[in-house]
Amino acid sequence: MRFSWTRVRAILVKELRDYRRNRFVIGTMAFLPVIFIAAPIVQLLTVSASAASSKLDARVGISLLYLLLIPAFLPSTLSAYSVVGEREQGTLEPILITPIRREEFLVGKALAVAAPTLTIAYAIFGIFLAAAALFAHPGIASAVFAGSHILVQLVFTPLLAGWSIWVGIAISARSTDIRVAQQLSVLASLPPLGIVALMQFKVITPSTGLALGLAAVLLAVDVLGWRAVAAMFDRERLVTGART
Amino acid sequence: MRRSPFVRKRRLVAALLGAPMAPEPGTQAVGGADSASRPSTLGGSEDQSALVVEHLSKRFGERVAFDDVSFEVGYGEVFGFLGPNGAGKTTTVRTLGTLVAPTSGSATVAGIPLSAENGPAIRARISIMPESPGLYRRLTVTENLECFAGLYELDDVGGRIERALRAVNLLDRAGDPCGSLSKGLRQRVALARALLNDPTVLFLDEPTSGLDPVATHDVHELIVSLRERGVTIFLTTHRLEEAERLCHRVAILNTTLRLVGRPDELRERLFNQALEVRVRGSLADPGVVFGDLPGVDGWQESSSGGYELAVSDPGIAAPAVARALVSAGADILSLAESRHSLEDVYLQLIDEDVEAKRR
Repeated sequence: MRFSWTRVRAILVKELRDYRRNRFVIGTMAFLPVIFIAAPIVQLLTVSASAASSKLDARVGISLLYLLLIPAFLPSTLSAYSVVGEREQGTLEPILITPIRREEFLVGKALAVAAPTLTIAYAIFGIFLAAAALFAHPGIASAVFAGSHILVQLVFTPLLAGWSIWVGIAISARSTDIRVAQQLSVLASLPPLGIVALMQFKVITPSTGLALGLAAVLLAVDVLGWRAVAAMFDRERLVTGART
Repeated sequence: MRRSPFVRKRRLVAALLGAPMAPEPGTQAVGGADSASRPSTLGGSEDQSALVVEHLSKRFGERVAFDDVSFEVGYGEVFGFLGPNGAGKTTTVRTLGTLVAPTSGSATVAGIPLSAENGPAIRARISIMPESPGLYRRLTVTENLECFAGLYELDDVGGRIERALRAVNLLDRAGDPCGSLSKGLRQRVALARALLNDPTVLFLDEPTSGLDPVATHDVHELIVSLRERGVTIFLTTHRLEEAERLCHRVAILNTTLRLVGRPDELRERLFNQALEVRVRGSLADPGVVFGDLPGVDGWQESSSGGYELAVSDPGIAAPAVARALVSAGADILSLAESRHSLEDVYLQLIDEDVEAKRR
């Protein structure tokens, strides 16, 4: 049997419908971005236009780093819930009884987390840019729009989200407790953020080439992560709880 | 004549499913290993069985879930799989449903050899209704079914959902969130979900577990209507009256398969045929009365005025016993064939297992 996008879509639609009716999910998705947009805008508007170039860059870097927390953290709790949550509410077995392949199930789950995450992350970034253009001092605004900043945001947003999603799903597929899965997932979303932070703070000198290089590494890790999670997804263990 | 609501409802369900006329009780064929008595096939070719299981075993480490299990289920048959908790019933279903890999042995499910590579193909042709309905409680009944129609890649999704909901008498609750339904109604939604893909083999794992008597009765009616429609059903249960009422044949599992056959066959195999006689007072000399009667192999006094007679053929023995009692001047209060229920069979086997373990 071939890979079926119809089955992926069935999982995706079901997940999005479920999120929509879950106040906790809606609340989390709304609350975190509000914090993450408020802090960088305050950073931006409180820096003096006459500040030294290095200080300006650092402020802009910190502001943009806040925005990258959204794709890093927002998907972690949702993806950590994706498998162990289904198992705990007794809905995993009926799903696995259908002809769905594990790859289809995982892609459906990942897309269901990625869709709201990327929508929110890019929307918040758009609001930040608009605020910078409209309310920040022109010198600061030009620093925000300069060079690699926007490219880093655009490229790293889906890559960081991909990392968090696959790590979260991997933890979820091997975990027996939702709370543990969610805590581990949040912790596991930190490492790539460290690298991006080094770029934003110019510990590693940012350049287009470096950004693309790191993006390629993250992309490779995302793809390998997907393969690894598919290999870790053990129907028998998930259904029976027995170690195989 | 006034019909009971159950009869009317049953006829309604059967009509909605497009069920053929139910066969006459005496002519209803029973499928299974005995191909001569197998009914006409409904989902596969005449020379195949819906399920063929040969020496199948499953171990989890040192723990044996089930061992050396062999049986066949014919197309159109309702096959009961009985056993106490922990006997391996659910693991057997999960194994045949390709959720669990067998440790040894082989099987053919809906005509497809059981293997990991054939998992998606097998799962496309069967349905399993697990013990717990496993519905998305925030989604409506229709949304739950839409999800599963997508997973089976079905066409005419709306039509199929409507037919499935009509079959389980839930069309009027299609827009309700599953979380708002009672346990019995959720079980019906799970059954509708299992019917969506017109399965060749439908596995029902403890479908009435935890249901009240009314909800249990409703589920039984639905199973009866599916049986009349010719759906092959593999029913695991530890409710013996349920198996006796619904199943053509039953198997009793207690890690190993103990018996397979029609309920009446199992009774005959395990228990001698007997007559129970009650007379007013006691017979002066029962040995003389019952001694040389045709078809009577032996007798024992079970209570004051009560006698249990071992017989080879109740049809010959009963009239002879009646005549002998009248000749002896006894006042007959009752004379009946001793009936052993499936529960007696079950308890006998399980007791034997317990005894064997003690030894």
